[in-house]
Amino acid sequence: MRISMNVNGQTREADVEPRLLLVHFVRDVLELTGTHWSCDTSNCGACTVQLDGEPVKSCTVLAVRANGHEVTTIEGIWSGTELTPMQEGFRQEHGLQCGFCTPGMILTATAFLENNPDPTEAEIREAISGNLCRCTGYENIIKAVQWAANSREGVSV
Amino acid sequence: MQVPARFDYEVAASVEEAIRLLERHGPEARLLAGGHSLIPMMKLRLAFPETLIDIHELDGELRYIREEDGALEIGALARHQDVLDSEVVRERYPILWDAETMIADPLVRNMGTVGGSLAHGDPAEDLPAAFMALGCEVVARGPGGERTIPIDELQTGPFETVLDPAEIIVGARILRAPQGSAYTKVKRRTGDYASAAIGVALNISDGEIRDAGIGMCAVGGQTLRARGAEEILEGQRPNMELYKRAGERAAEESEPSEDARGPVEYKRDLVKVLVVRALEKAVERAGGGA
Repeated sequence: MRISMNVNGQTREADVEPRLLLVHFVRDVLELTGTHWSCDTSNCGACTVQLDGEPVKSCTVLAVRANGHEVTTIEGIWSGTELTPMQEGFRQEHGLQCGFCTPGMILTATAFLENNPDPTEAEIREAISGNLCRCTGYENIIKAVQWAANSREGVSV
Repeated sequence: MQVPARFDYEVAASVEEAIRLLERHGPEARLLAGGHSLIPMMKLRLAFPETLIDIHELDGELRYIREEDGALEIGALARHQDVLDSEVVRERYPILWDAETMIADPLVRNMGTVGGSLAHGDPAEDLPAAFMALGCEVVARGPGGERTIPIDELQTGPFETVLDPAEIIVGARILRAPQGSAYTKVKRRTGDYASAAIGVALNISDGEIRDAGIGMCAVGGQTLRARGAEEILEGQRPNMELYKRAGERAAEESEPSEDARGPVEYKRDLVKVLVVRALEKAVERAGGGA
Protein backbone atom coordinates (compact mmCIF):
# COMPACT_ATOMS: atom_id res chain seq x y z
CA MET A 1 0.00 0.00 0.00
CA ARG A 2 1.28 3.44 -0.94
CA ILE A 3 1.50 5.74 2.09
CA SER A 4 2.54 9.33 2.53
CA MET A 5 3.09 11.14 5.77
CA ASN A 6 4.79 14.19 7.16
CA VAL A 7 7.84 13.07 9.12
CA ASN A 8 9.79 15.78 10.91
CA GLY A 9 8.42 18.39 8.53
CA GLN A 10 9.15 16.47 5.34
CA THR A 11 6.75 14.46 3.17
CA ARG A 12 7.86 10.84 3.09
CA GLU A 13 6.29 8.26 0.80
CA ALA A 14 6.73 4.52 0.53
CA ASP A 15 5.08 1.28 -0.50
CA VAL A 16 4.55 -0.83 2.58
CA GLU A 17 2.75 -3.95 3.70
CA PRO A 18 -0.24 -3.09 5.90
CA ARG A 19 1.29 -5.19 8.68
CA LEU A 20 4.46 -3.09 8.87
CA LEU A 21 4.67 -1.41 12.27
CA LEU A 22 5.43 2.27 12.49
CA VAL A 23 8.62 1.65 14.48
CA HIS A 24 10.05 -0.48 11.67
CA PHE A 25 8.90 1.99 9.03
CA VAL A 26 10.71 4.79 10.83
CA ARG A 27 13.87 2.80 11.53
CA ASP A 28 14.22 0.52 8.52
CA VAL A 29 12.50 2.39 5.69
CA LEU A 30 13.24 5.98 6.67
CA GLU A 31 16.50 5.04 8.45
CA LEU A 32 15.68 7.29 11.39
CA THR A 33 17.30 5.08 14.01
CA GLY A 34 16.97 7.52 16.88
CA THR A 35 13.64 5.82 17.55
CA HIS A 36 14.58 2.71 19.49
CA TRP A 37 12.97 -0.69 19.27
CA SER A 38 13.04 -2.79 22.36
CA CYS A 39 10.31 -4.67 24.23
CA ASP A 40 7.92 -5.03 21.27
CA THR A 41 5.02 -5.35 23.75
CA SER A 42 3.85 -1.71 24.31
CA ASN A 43 5.55 -1.66 27.69
CA CYS A 44 8.90 0.10 27.53
CA GLY A 45 8.29 3.26 25.50
CA ALA A 46 11.71 3.19 23.80
CA CYS A 47 9.85 3.37 20.45
CA THR A 48 7.92 6.53 21.40
CA VAL A 49 7.23 8.95 18.55
CA GLN A 50 4.75 11.79 18.37
CA LEU A 51 1.74 11.11 16.14
CA ASP A 52 -0.06 14.37 15.40
CA GLY A 53 1.78 15.84 18.37
CA GLU A 54 0.91 13.15 20.90
CA PRO A 55 3.41 10.61 22.18
CA VAL A 56 2.54 7.04 21.17
CA LYS A 57 4.29 3.68 21.19
CA SER A 58 5.21 3.08 17.56
CA CYS A 59 5.59 -0.69 18.07
CA THR A 60 1.82 -0.81 18.50
CA VAL A 61 0.82 1.44 15.61
CA LEU A 62 0.65 0.32 11.98
CA ALA A 63 2.63 2.46 9.55
CA VAL A 64 -0.50 2.66 7.38
CA ARG A 65 -2.36 4.18 10.36
CA ALA A 66 -0.03 7.19 10.09
CA ASN A 67 -0.85 7.67 6.40
CA GLY A 68 -1.74 11.33 5.91
CA HIS A 69 -0.69 12.23 9.45
CA GLU A 70 2.26 13.94 11.11
CA VAL A 71 5.03 11.99 12.80
CA THR A 72 7.80 13.55 14.87
CA THR A 73 10.82 11.48 15.89
CA ILE A 74 13.74 12.49 18.07
CA GLU A 75 15.55 13.63 14.91
CA GLY A 76 12.75 16.16 14.37
CA ILE A 77 13.03 17.68 17.84
CA TRP A 78 16.40 19.25 17.20
CA SER A 79 16.46 22.46 15.23
CA GLY A 80 19.92 21.70 13.89
CA THR A 81 21.59 24.55 15.73
CA GLU A 82 20.68 24.50 19.39
CA LEU A 83 19.21 22.08 21.89
CA THR A 84 15.59 22.40 22.96
CA PRO A 85 14.98 23.23 26.65
CA MET A 86 14.16 19.55 27.23
CA GLN A 87 17.35 18.34 25.58
CA GLU A 88 19.34 20.92 27.50
CA GLY A 89 17.61 19.80 30.71
CA PHE A 90 18.73 16.22 30.11
CA ARG A 91 22.28 17.53 29.52
CA GLN A 92 22.33 19.80 32.56
CA GLU A 93 20.81 17.32 34.99
CA HIS A 94 22.54 14.20 33.67
CA GLY A 95 19.14 12.81 32.65
CA LEU A 96 20.65 9.92 30.75
CA GLN A 97 23.09 7.15 31.41
CA CYS A 98 23.10 4.58 28.60
CA GLY A 99 20.77 6.79 26.58
CA PHE A 100 18.55 4.04 25.25
CA CYS A 101 15.30 5.41 26.72
CA THR A 102 16.24 9.04 26.12
CA PRO A 103 14.59 9.67 22.72
CA GLY A 104 11.30 8.30 24.03
CA MET A 105 11.64 10.18 27.31
CA ILE A 106 12.30 13.46 25.51
CA LEU A 107 9.38 13.04 23.09
CA THR A 108 7.01 12.11 25.93
CA ALA A 109 8.21 14.86 28.26
CA THR A 110 8.21 17.54 25.54
CA ALA A 111 4.56 16.82 24.66
CA PHE A 112 3.72 16.66 28.37
CA LEU A 113 5.09 20.16 29.06
CA GLU A 114 3.09 21.53 26.13
CA ASN A 115 -0.08 20.53 27.99
CA ASN A 116 1.19 21.09 31.51
CA PRO A 117 3.93 23.76 31.60
CA ASP A 118 4.20 23.89 35.39
CA PRO A 119 3.91 20.30 36.59
CA THR A 120 4.37 18.86 40.06
CA GLU A 121 6.90 16.11 40.59
CA ALA A 122 4.07 13.59 40.93
CA GLU A 123 2.64 14.70 37.59
CA ILE A 124 6.04 14.27 35.93
CA ARG A 125 6.39 10.76 37.40
CA GLU A 126 2.94 9.87 36.06
CA ALA A 127 3.68 11.41 32.64
CA ILE A 128 6.79 9.27 32.10
CA SER A 129 5.30 6.12 33.64
CA GLY A 130 4.98 4.55 30.18
CA ASN A 131 8.68 5.03 29.46
CA LEU A 132 11.08 2.69 31.21
CA CYS A 133 14.70 3.58 32.00
CA ARG A 134 16.68 0.38 32.26
CA CYS A 135 19.45 2.24 34.10
CA THR A 136 16.76 3.22 36.66
CA GLY A 137 17.92 6.82 36.37
CA TYR A 138 14.51 8.29 37.03
CA GLU A 139 15.54 10.88 39.62
CA ASN A 140 17.71 12.77 37.16
CA ILE A 141 15.15 12.39 34.38
CA ILE A 142 12.60 14.07 36.63
CA LYS A 143 15.11 16.83 37.39
CA ALA A 144 15.71 17.23 33.66
CA VAL A 145 12.00 17.72 33.00
CA GLN A 146 11.84 20.20 35.90
CA TRP A 147 14.84 22.02 34.43
CA ALA A 148 13.04 22.32 31.10
CA ALA A 149 9.84 23.50 32.78
CA ASN A 150 11.73 26.15 34.75
CA SER A 151 13.75 27.33 31.78
CA ARG A 152 10.54 27.83 29.82
CA GLU A 153 9.31 30.10 32.55
CA GLY A 154 12.54 32.04 32.31
CA VAL A 155 13.75 31.02 35.76
CA SER A 156 17.50 31.04 35.99
CA VAL A 157 19.05 27.96 37.49
CA MET B 1 10.64 -9.64 16.26
CA GLN B 2 6.87 -9.75 16.59
CA VAL B 3 5.05 -9.23 13.30
CA PRO B 4 1.32 -9.67 12.71
CA ALA B 5 0.19 -12.23 10.13
CA ARG B 6 -0.78 -10.77 6.77
CA PHE B 7 -4.14 -9.03 6.47
CA ASP B 8 -6.01 -6.81 4.06
CA TYR B 9 -6.41 -3.22 5.15
CA GLU B 10 -9.30 -0.85 4.54
CA VAL B 11 -9.97 2.63 5.84
CA ALA B 12 -13.57 3.60 6.50
CA ALA B 13 -14.60 7.18 5.83
CA SER B 14 -17.91 6.94 7.72
CA VAL B 15 -19.72 4.64 10.14
CA GLU B 16 -21.97 3.55 7.28
CA GLU B 17 -18.96 2.64 5.17
CA ALA B 18 -17.43 0.71 8.08
CA ILE B 19 -20.64 -1.35 8.31
CA ARG B 20 -20.62 -1.96 4.53
CA LEU B 21 -16.98 -3.05 4.68
CA LEU B 22 -17.72 -5.40 7.60
CA GLU B 23 -20.54 -6.95 5.59
CA ARG B 24 -18.37 -7.29 2.50
CA HIS B 25 -15.38 -8.85 4.27
CA GLY B 26 -17.35 -11.20 6.52
CA PRO B 27 -16.85 -12.50 10.05
CA GLU B 28 -13.03 -12.66 9.87
CA ALA B 29 -12.79 -8.89 9.48
CA ARG B 30 -12.11 -6.72 12.53
CA LEU B 31 -12.44 -3.04 13.21
CA LEU B 32 -9.21 -1.27 14.12
CA ALA B 33 -9.65 1.67 16.50
CA GLY B 34 -6.70 2.51 18.78
CA GLY B 35 -5.33 -0.97 18.22
CA HIS B 36 -3.64 -1.19 21.60
CA SER B 37 -5.34 -4.48 22.47
CA LEU B 38 -5.78 -5.92 18.98
CA ILE B 39 -2.31 -5.22 17.55
CA PRO B 40 -0.45 -6.82 20.49
CA MET B 41 -2.67 -9.91 20.10
CA MET B 42 -1.93 -9.97 16.37
CA LYS B 43 1.80 -9.61 17.06
CA LEU B 44 1.63 -12.57 19.42
CA ARG B 45 -0.37 -14.45 16.75
CA LEU B 46 -3.26 -14.85 19.16
CA ALA B 47 -5.50 -13.06 16.64
CA PHE B 48 -5.51 -13.46 12.86
CA PRO B 49 -8.08 -11.16 11.31
CA GLU B 50 -8.21 -11.50 7.52
CA THR B 51 -9.11 -7.85 7.12
CA LEU B 52 -8.64 -4.80 9.31
CA ILE B 53 -11.09 -1.98 8.79
CA ASP B 54 -9.43 1.11 10.22
CA ILE B 55 -11.96 3.53 11.74
CA HIS B 56 -9.55 6.16 13.06
CA GLU B 57 -10.73 8.65 10.45
CA LEU B 58 -14.18 8.63 12.10
CA ASP B 59 -13.13 10.98 14.93
CA GLY B 60 -15.55 13.59 13.61
CA GLU B 61 -18.47 11.20 14.07
CA LEU B 62 -17.43 9.16 17.07
CA ARG B 63 -15.00 11.15 19.23
CA TYR B 64 -17.04 13.06 21.82
CA ILE B 65 -17.99 13.18 25.48
CA ARG B 66 -21.15 15.17 26.15
CA GLU B 67 -24.15 15.42 28.43
CA GLU B 68 -27.54 15.25 26.75
CA ASP B 69 -30.83 15.43 28.68
CA GLY B 70 -28.95 14.50 31.85
CA ALA B 71 -27.31 11.46 30.25
CA LEU B 72 -23.59 11.11 29.62
CA GLU B 73 -22.75 10.10 26.08
CA ILE B 74 -19.27 8.89 25.23
CA GLY B 75 -18.41 8.28 21.59
CA ALA B 76 -16.68 5.04 20.69
CA LEU B 77 -13.53 6.83 19.51
CA ALA B 78 -13.13 8.94 22.65
CA ARG B 79 -9.59 8.18 23.80
CA HIS B 80 -8.85 7.18 27.37
CA GLN B 81 -7.08 10.53 27.68
CA ASP B 82 -10.24 12.35 26.54
CA VAL B 83 -12.13 10.75 29.44
CA LEU B 84 -9.41 11.92 31.85
CA ASP B 85 -9.57 15.43 30.42
CA SER B 86 -13.37 15.70 30.69
CA GLU B 87 -14.65 18.10 33.36
CA VAL B 88 -18.05 16.39 33.36
CA VAL B 89 -16.45 13.02 34.02
CA ARG B 90 -14.26 14.37 36.78
CA GLU B 91 -17.13 16.10 38.57
CA ARG B 92 -20.04 13.73 38.03
CA TYR B 93 -18.55 10.35 37.10
CA PRO B 94 -15.39 10.06 39.25
CA ILE B 95 -15.49 6.25 38.88
CA LEU B 96 -14.48 6.71 35.24
CA TRP B 97 -11.79 9.20 36.15
CA ASP B 98 -10.41 6.85 38.83
CA ALA B 99 -10.37 3.96 36.36
CA GLU B 100 -8.70 5.93 33.60
CA THR B 101 -5.84 7.07 35.84
CA MET B 102 -5.03 3.39 36.34
CA ILE B 103 -5.45 2.09 32.78
CA ALA B 104 -2.16 1.19 31.11
CA ASP B 105 0.06 4.30 30.87
CA PRO B 106 -0.27 7.82 29.41
CA LEU B 107 1.04 6.84 25.96
CA VAL B 108 -1.36 3.94 25.62
CA ARG B 109 -4.17 6.22 26.83
CA ASN B 110 -3.45 8.53 23.89
CA MET B 111 -4.40 5.75 21.46
CA GLY B 112 -6.77 3.38 23.24
CA THR B 113 -10.49 4.07 22.80
CA VAL B 114 -13.61 3.61 24.90
CA GLY B 115 -15.38 1.68 22.14
CA GLY B 116 -12.40 -0.60 21.67
CA SER B 117 -12.23 -1.46 25.35
CA LEU B 118 -15.92 -2.46 25.22
CA ALA B 119 -15.79 -4.36 21.92
CA HIS B 120 -12.64 -6.29 22.82
CA GLY B 121 -14.52 -8.19 25.53
CA ASP B 122 -11.45 -8.68 27.70
CA PRO B 123 -12.50 -9.60 31.27
CA ALA B 124 -9.39 -7.76 32.52
CA GLU B 125 -10.37 -4.44 30.89
CA ASP B 126 -11.27 -1.79 33.45
CA LEU B 127 -13.88 0.28 31.64
CA PRO B 128 -16.47 -2.52 31.25
CA ALA B 129 -16.41 -3.03 35.04
CA ALA B 130 -16.76 0.71 35.67
CA PHE B 131 -19.56 0.92 33.12
CA MET B 132 -21.26 -2.10 34.69
CA ALA B 133 -21.32 -0.36 38.06
CA LEU B 134 -22.86 2.66 36.35
CA GLY B 135 -25.41 0.53 34.47
CA CYS B 136 -24.51 1.94 31.08
CA GLU B 137 -26.04 1.20 27.70
CA VAL B 138 -23.87 0.32 24.74
CA VAL B 139 -25.09 1.72 21.44
CA ALA B 140 -24.26 -0.40 18.39
CA ARG B 141 -25.06 0.16 14.74
CA GLY B 142 -25.28 -2.50 12.03
CA PRO B 143 -26.89 -3.18 8.67
CA GLY B 144 -30.30 -3.33 10.36
CA GLY B 145 -29.92 0.00 12.15
CA GLU B 146 -29.06 0.99 15.71
CA ARG B 147 -29.73 -0.93 18.90
CA THR B 148 -29.01 -0.51 22.59
CA ILE B 149 -27.29 -3.29 24.52
CA PRO B 150 -27.34 -3.23 28.34
CA ILE B 151 -23.73 -3.49 29.54
CA ASP B 152 -24.61 -6.62 31.55
CA GLU B 153 -25.48 -8.37 28.29
CA LEU B 154 -22.54 -7.22 26.15
CA GLN B 155 -20.03 -9.94 26.97
CA THR B 156 -20.80 -13.61 26.49
CA GLY B 157 -17.39 -14.99 27.46
CA PRO B 158 -13.70 -14.17 27.36
CA PHE B 159 -13.16 -11.89 24.33
CA GLU B 160 -16.69 -12.65 23.13
CA THR B 161 -19.61 -10.26 22.82
CA VAL B 162 -23.16 -10.25 21.49
CA LEU B 163 -22.09 -7.91 18.68
CA ASP B 164 -22.96 -9.20 15.22
CA PRO B 165 -20.02 -9.48 12.80
CA ALA B 166 -21.17 -6.37 10.89
CA GLU B 167 -22.00 -4.27 13.96
CA ILE B 168 -19.92 -1.38 15.26
CA ILE B 169 -20.14 0.14 18.73
CA VAL B 170 -20.82 3.83 18.24
CA GLY B 171 -20.90 4.85 21.89
CA ALA B 172 -21.85 4.32 25.50
CA ARG B 173 -24.66 6.07 27.33
CA ILE B 174 -25.12 6.48 31.08
CA LEU B 175 -28.63 7.66 31.80
CA ARG B 176 -27.86 9.56 34.98
CA ALA B 177 -24.92 10.34 37.22
CA PRO B 178 -24.74 8.44 40.51
CA GLN B 179 -24.41 10.48 43.71
CA GLY B 180 -21.22 8.65 44.56
CA SER B 181 -18.86 6.38 42.67
CA ALA B 182 -15.31 5.09 42.81
CA TYR B 183 -12.94 2.62 41.16
CA THR B 184 -10.22 0.75 43.02
CA LYS B 185 -7.57 -1.51 41.58
CA VAL B 186 -4.52 -3.50 42.53
CA LYS B 187 -1.93 -4.03 39.81
CA ARG B 188 1.64 -5.17 40.04
CA ARG B 189 3.02 -2.19 38.15
CA THR B 190 2.08 0.52 35.66
CA GLY B 191 1.06 -1.03 32.36
CA ASP B 192 0.07 -4.38 33.84
CA TYR B 193 -3.47 -5.70 33.87
CA ALA B 194 -5.39 -5.61 37.14
CA SER B 195 -4.78 -8.35 39.66
CA ALA B 196 -8.31 -7.35 40.62
CA ALA B 197 -10.34 -4.16 40.33
CA ILE B 198 -13.73 -3.02 41.60
CA GLY B 199 -16.08 -0.27 40.49
CA VAL B 200 -18.91 1.02 42.68
CA ALA B 201 -21.69 3.50 41.91
CA LEU B 202 -24.47 4.30 44.36
CA ASN B 203 -27.25 6.64 45.38
CA ILE B 204 -28.21 7.53 48.95
CA SER B 205 -31.49 8.95 50.20
CA ASP B 206 -32.65 9.55 53.78
CA GLY B 207 -29.32 8.20 54.98
CA GLU B 208 -29.85 4.84 53.30
CA ILE B 209 -28.25 3.36 50.19
CA ARG B 210 -31.06 3.37 47.67
CA ASP B 211 -29.25 1.47 44.94
CA ALA B 212 -25.73 0.28 44.29
CA GLY B 213 -23.90 -1.12 41.28
CA ILE B 214 -20.71 -3.16 41.67
CA GLY B 215 -18.60 -4.21 38.67
CA MET B 216 -15.68 -6.62 39.03
CA CYS B 217 -12.66 -6.70 36.70
CA ALA B 218 -10.15 -9.51 36.14
CA VAL B 219 -11.75 -11.95 38.57
CA GLY B 220 -13.71 -14.13 36.15
CA GLY B 221 -14.08 -15.28 32.55
CA GLN B 222 -15.93 -12.06 31.84
CA THR B 223 -16.65 -8.76 33.54
CA LEU B 224 -18.81 -9.65 36.54
CA ARG B 225 -21.53 -7.89 38.45
CA ALA B 226 -21.73 -8.53 42.21
CA ARG B 227 -25.50 -8.71 42.44
CA GLY B 228 -25.59 -10.36 45.85
CA ALA B 229 -23.34 -7.68 47.29
CA GLU B 230 -25.49 -4.98 45.72
CA GLU B 231 -28.57 -6.47 47.43
CA ILE B 232 -26.83 -6.51 50.81
CA LEU B 233 -26.24 -2.76 50.50
CA GLU B 234 -29.66 -1.69 49.33
CA GLY B 235 -31.87 -0.09 51.97
CA GLN B 236 -29.04 -0.05 54.53
CA ARG B 237 -27.31 2.82 56.29
CA PRO B 238 -23.68 3.02 55.16
CA ASN B 239 -21.18 1.70 57.71
CA MET B 240 -17.99 -0.33 57.81
CA GLU B 241 -19.65 -3.56 58.94
CA LEU B 242 -21.99 -3.34 55.97
CA TYR B 243 -19.11 -2.69 53.56
CA LYS B 244 -17.29 -5.75 54.89
CA ARG B 245 -20.34 -7.96 54.46
CA ALA B 246 -20.74 -6.68 50.89
CA GLY B 247 -17.04 -7.34 50.25
CA GLU B 248 -17.32 -10.89 51.51
CA ARG B 249 -20.37 -11.54 49.36
CA ALA B 250 -18.63 -10.05 46.29
CA ALA B 251 -15.60 -12.27 46.94
CA GLU B 252 -17.94 -15.30 46.91
CA GLU B 253 -19.45 -14.08 43.66
CA SER B 254 -16.07 -13.60 41.99
CA GLU B 255 -14.59 -16.43 39.92
CA PRO B 256 -10.87 -15.69 39.77
CA SER B 257 -8.33 -18.09 38.36
CA GLU B 258 -4.73 -18.49 39.39
CA ASP B 259 -2.07 -16.85 37.24
CA ALA B 260 1.16 -14.89 37.60
CA ARG B 261 -0.80 -12.22 39.49
CA GLY B 262 -1.62 -14.60 42.30
CA PRO B 263 -3.62 -17.57 43.53
CA VAL B 264 -7.41 -17.71 43.76
CA GLU B 265 -7.57 -17.03 47.51
CA TYR B 266 -5.40 -13.93 47.20
CA LYS B 267 -7.61 -12.54 44.46
CA ARG B 268 -10.76 -13.20 46.45
CA ASP B 269 -9.14 -11.35 49.33
CA LEU B 270 -8.38 -8.45 47.00
CA VAL B 271 -12.06 -8.33 46.03
CA LYS B 272 -13.05 -8.10 49.71
CA VAL B 273 -10.64 -5.27 50.40
CA LEU B 274 -11.28 -3.37 47.15
CA VAL B 275 -15.07 -3.46 47.59
CA VAL B 276 -14.68 -1.92 51.07
CA ARG B 277 -12.33 0.79 49.77
CA ALA B 278 -14.54 1.60 46.79
CA LEU B 279 -17.63 1.80 48.99
CA GLU B 280 -15.91 4.09 51.50
CA LYS B 281 -14.86 6.43 48.72
CA ALA B 282 -18.17 6.34 46.85
CA VAL B 283 -20.19 7.04 50.00
CA GLU B 284 -17.84 9.87 50.95
CA ARG B 285 -18.27 11.37 47.48
CA ALA B 286 -22.04 11.01 47.79
CA GLY B 287 -21.78 13.21 50.86
CA GLY B 288 -23.25 10.61 53.19
CA GLY B 289 -20.96 8.87 55.62
CA ALA B 290 -21.32 6.37 58.37
